[in-house]
Amino acid sequence: MSSQITPRGSDPQVFGREEGPLRAFCEVLGAKRVGSYWSLTFVAPAIAERARPGQFVTLAVDVGGATLRRPFSIASVSQQGPWAGTIEIVFSGVGQGTHWLAQRGKHDVLDLVGPLGRGFPLPNRQVPALLVGGGYGAAPMLYLARTLGARGHRVDVVLGARTAEQIYNTIEAKRAAASATFTTDDGSLGTQGIVTDVLDGVAEHGRSEVVYGCGPMPMLAGVARWAADRGLPSQVAVEEAMACGTGVCMTCVVPVRRKGQRRNVRACVEGPVLNGARVDWDAVRSPAMAQHELDEETG
Amino acid sequence: MAISRPSPPPARTAAAPSGAATTPAEPAADLRVDLGGVTLANPIVTASGTFGSGREINQFFDVNRLGAVVVKSITRHPRPGLPTPRMVETSGGMLNAIGLQNGGIDAWLAEDLPWLRQHGVPAIVSIAGNTVEDYQVLAQRLRGVEGILAVEANISCPNVEDRGTVFACRTEATREAIRVVTANLSVPVFAKLTPDVTDITAIAASAREAGATGVSLINTLLGMAIDAETGRPRLGGVTGGLSGPAIKPVAVRAIHQVHQALPDIPIIGMGGVSTVTDVVELIRAGATAVAVGTATFGNPMASLEVLEALPDWLAARGIDRVADLRGTVQLPG
Repeated sequence: MSSQITPRGSDPQVFGREEGPLRAFCEVLGAKRVGSYWSLTFVAPAIAERARPGQFVTLAVDVGGATLRRPFSIASVSQQGPWAGTIEIVFSGVGQGTHWLAQRGKHDVLDLVGPLGRGFPLPNRQVPALLVGGGYGAAPMLYLARTLGARGHRVDVVLGARTAEQIYNTIEAKRAAASATFTTDDGSLGTQGIVTDVLDGVAEHGRSEVVYGCGPMPMLAGVARWAADRGLPSQVAVEEAMACGTGVCMTCVVPVRRKGQRRNVRACVEGPVLNGARVDWDAVRSPAMAQHELDEETG
Repeated sequence: MAISRPSPPPARTAAAPSGAATTPAEPAADLRVDLGGVTLANPIVTASGTFGSGREINQFFDVNRLGAVVVKSITRHPRPGLPTPRMVETSGGMLNAIGLQNGGIDAWLAEDLPWLRQHGVPAIVSIAGNTVEDYQVLAQRLRGVEGILAVEANISCPNVEDRGTVFACRTEATREAIRVVTANLSVPVFAKLTPDVTDITAIAASAREAGATGVSLINTLLGMAIDAETGRPRLGGVTGGLSGPAIKPVAVRAIHQVHQALPDIPIIGMGGVSTVTDVVELIRAGATAVAVGTATFGNPMASLEVLEALPDWLAARGIDRVADLRGTVQLPG
């Protein structure tokens, strides 16, 4: 290959190769509020065609002095309809960059790179799957739920958050899964408590044989440990502070044990989906983990 | 040469899409530069630690189009690096504290170098150590190895034999580390220096005395960030290196000072470069080649975009050779 900046068909603002991630300038097709979160849908046929559940995109944001992109799990992909290929992201809008994104509207054009990273491996056999999502980490879980459902798997979903309005899209959860169970810290929706409080019951009822997770690191640690204790394989999409998303900066590493040795693997290329049993959760030092430990210390 | 005099851009279409056939214009500018005896096809290279092994960004474009790829610093033994968080975004840049995570020289020679050679990527190898012996062993391992254009000795590392003082903060430690590298290699050697010193020209001069072909300016500036609520440092490594557009003026200053003091030595310039005018600015200060670094994090195509913009920038000003731009800062009276 000699020419690398490859305009693709009707979409001249796409750069990349025949496979792998692309850089694309994508128009916003829709922007909406979902509970306490925000959703943006982009016309991105080339990225949509390549995306799998668990993969992510990075977006350039225009906020004072920011030079780094923001990473987002892909929340849904549509290959059909008049737009022939869209992708959706869901985010909180709390940080400076996502606050800026929340102000974007239809027809704005944003700079995307993706799909990036390793997605959720899908089971070879048609085993029942338990999907656990925390906060807006529920959005990529529902994308996975639809994908597994279309392949004939039984899917049970557990979504947790602090409050009812931080539970992402209960209607879609019920539609995409055989059962949907909710937990909230304040009891404003479903069971009062955290996701691991209800996993035994849901897994028993659904006869779950494989566990998937996406959400804050402390939740993923709990889900992975719960699965390991019951001999269930788990695949979790981790989060770490990330500068590049493409594997060159080495900032987003997660400690993983392999063959008795601990290695720091890059969440952006070797993840974000990792085998939950291999992650060395005690050595994870993300801000969310540190805060979680602080909360436990101070009760 | 009229390159210092602003001239109006000629009335022709600028920024034609790459590869597209346009009306024959004046011959393209000569982008070749001489980097201490080796010729680069163009002056755009990558900054160590911002381009991985080369493979990652090759997913987006053929990285052999760049003048050279400077690989992530390699150490004598594999290093796991520092605990996370390793990165904090700052206004106009970022702090990083990676701790030189890498697989060590054996893994690099076995896995990464063959890929670079296979893909015809001109490779500049960055080496880092914590003792003079580390640098010596690394240089010996690289001696005579095919496919290495030059070596960049990253001496902005703590010297454990000197209570952790960074080599490039002291003239004597700079000389000792560089001497063992140049004594063992026949390819050009560049000493990568930290700007966190009182007189960078003195450090550059000692690197030169120890046989360095030239210098790479600048490494990151040491910085720190604290979480206002918890009072905890925001980096796992407590302090980290500041990079990005915020540090470009420091790079321009350091390059300018060293070029004025040592006009004969080649300089690889880096620090906050993300546009073609940034490249020109560093070259006018005295850089021979210019590395794109942190900009690649925000845009994987940044180095290629800068490279593609350079011929038009030169042509619009009637400059035939990029090498003629070097050191053309017009100082007052």
